[in-house]
Amino acid sequence: MIVADRKPLEEILESIKDFDKIVLMGCGGCVTICFSGGAKSVELLASQIKIARKKQGKEIEIIECTPERQCEFEYIDPCKEKFESVPVVLSIACGVGVQTMNERHPDTITIPGLNTKFMGYPVEHALWEERCAGCGNCLLEWTGGVCPIARCAKKLLNGPCGGSSDGKCEVDKEIDCVWQIIYDRLKKLNKLENLTAVRKPKDWRTSTSAGQRKVEFKEAML
Amino acid sequence: MKSGSRLEKVLESGAFSVTAELGPPQNANVESVKKKAKHCIGNVEAANVTDNQTAIVRMSSIAAGVIALECGLEPVIQMVCRDRNRIAMQSDILGAAALGLKNLLCLSGDHQVFGNHPDAKGVYDIDSMQLIAMVKQMRDEKTFLCGDEIKECEPKFFIGAAANPFADPFEFRVMRLAKKIEAGADFIQTQCIFDIEKFEKWMKLVVAEGLHKKVYITAGLTPVRSERALKYMKNNVAGISVPDELIARMEKAKDKEEKMEEGIKICLETIEAVKNMEGVAGIHLMPIGWESVTPTILERAGLLPRPKV
Ligand code: SF4
Ligand code: SF4
Repeated sequence: MIVADRKPLEEILESIKDFDKIVLMGCGGCVTICFSGGAKSVELLASQIKIARKKQGKEIEIIECTPERQCEFEYIDPCKEKFESVPVVLSIACGVGVQTMNERHPDTITIPGLNTKFMGYPVEHALWEERCAGCGNCLLEWTGGVCPIARCAKKLLNGPCGGSSDGKCEVDKEIDCVWQIIYDRLKKLNKLENLTAVRKPKDWRTSTSAGQRKVEFKEAML
Repeated sequence: MKSGSRLEKVLESGAFSVTAELGPPQNANVESVKKKAKHCIGNVEAANVTDNQTAIVRMSSIAAGVIALECGLEPVIQMVCRDRNRIAMQSDILGAAALGLKNLLCLSGDHQVFGNHPDAKGVYDIDSMQLIAMVKQMRDEKTFLCGDEIKECEPKFFIGAAANPFADPFEFRVMRLAKKIEAGADFIQTQCIFDIEKFEKWMKLVVAEGLHKKVYITAGLTPVRSERALKYMKNNVAGISVPDELIARMEKAKDKEEKMEEGIKICLETIEAVKNMEGVAGIHLMPIGWESVTPTILERAGLLPRPKV
């Protein structure tokens, strides 16, 4: 899932300071699961904004709505009547939702209320960790299903750097060294030979370095 | 001869090699490079010129390396994967060769969060293993990484790599060395050794695999003049092992003079220990901020004068 985190309230207040009426739009997808952009978060943020604005003596009207997903036309279009007459939508969906809104409804400005962070999953209750960087050429097959692209601070492909210590990354003792995890996993699987060959440099064109990427599912084309 | 560098010649001859380290200044001062080079000229085979070590911006290793070369000190140019992609690296490799540099040490590099621009984007296009292979490919196959031919004057470097016997997972460290050899490393410099026991354990595994016959392994040493430095490394530098006993020895020494002497003694003892270990081809001295101690240590270790090659 996509994991996002709410922007600081001050930054949000600053971005809507010129408006006395906004639509606050959440999303029923990933950000609901990670407690940052679901209907409950919409409700909470709306009241925080209202309280803050009341203190400033600049009351604000907030229309709340949370479509099932903000990243698909069919879910955002039915909300149109809510935001049609309002100049700005504060979105607490991921960056994809914000862009979908802006592209589909260009007469309304949609601004972000979240910082979209990564693709990952909750490793424990209320704690999400990054797992995939969408590099476009998945190599999990030979790493025992553990991703060094998303999780190694140096994106190494040939084993741990000299800073790996007690299972932790040199960058931060709070981060696991992913190469230690890969090593342990392959050892368990009896597949340490996966680490003996020198892995060639990665072709980053499949990642973000060759411009915007597209995926086309031909069979499903109308 | 792969590169014809002095370092290569000395190691080829079977003599015990000595290399040192020269950190370029955080400015454009030629004199400060020359001043640091003075401690090394004539005392070592070559000196590593570091590449923005600890991710702090400094004069480029190639530029400082050329200044060192001009004063008569052979440089080992360090190149890290943190700041340049494969295009810039190959370009700098050609440039370094054109300027007469002959030794290149390939490293991943300290992560940028440790430096003075922690907000920088790390490049890490290729890793140190792939860098080693790329320098070898340019030299031996006369092609660029993409396969295009280098029509003339291919860069001929004596290729160095680092090994850290004290990092984890320990069992992987010998395997990683084997990989670096397979990739094309000609010589190795290890992380600084304080924990002789652990180093010896690693060396035995290296020798058991016969790796010491495929690559020259030089032992990294950092003389220190206070227990503070040791404690700092123990607590803050990942992948360094510092036995408490050494800290206690430094603590016992009373004043500045005594501490310096104790630090030199520890270093001399470590040199003696590694010299007697099978498979160790030389030492690499890294006196961080204490470059002037280099001649003293080498003199007292009986490593001067350096062999003529
Ligand atoms: S290898 Fe690439 S696609 Fe696979 S998990 Fe890692 S970043 Fe994602
Ligand atoms: S310590 Fe591990 S995760 Fe961190 S940069 Fe080095 S290899 Fe990557």
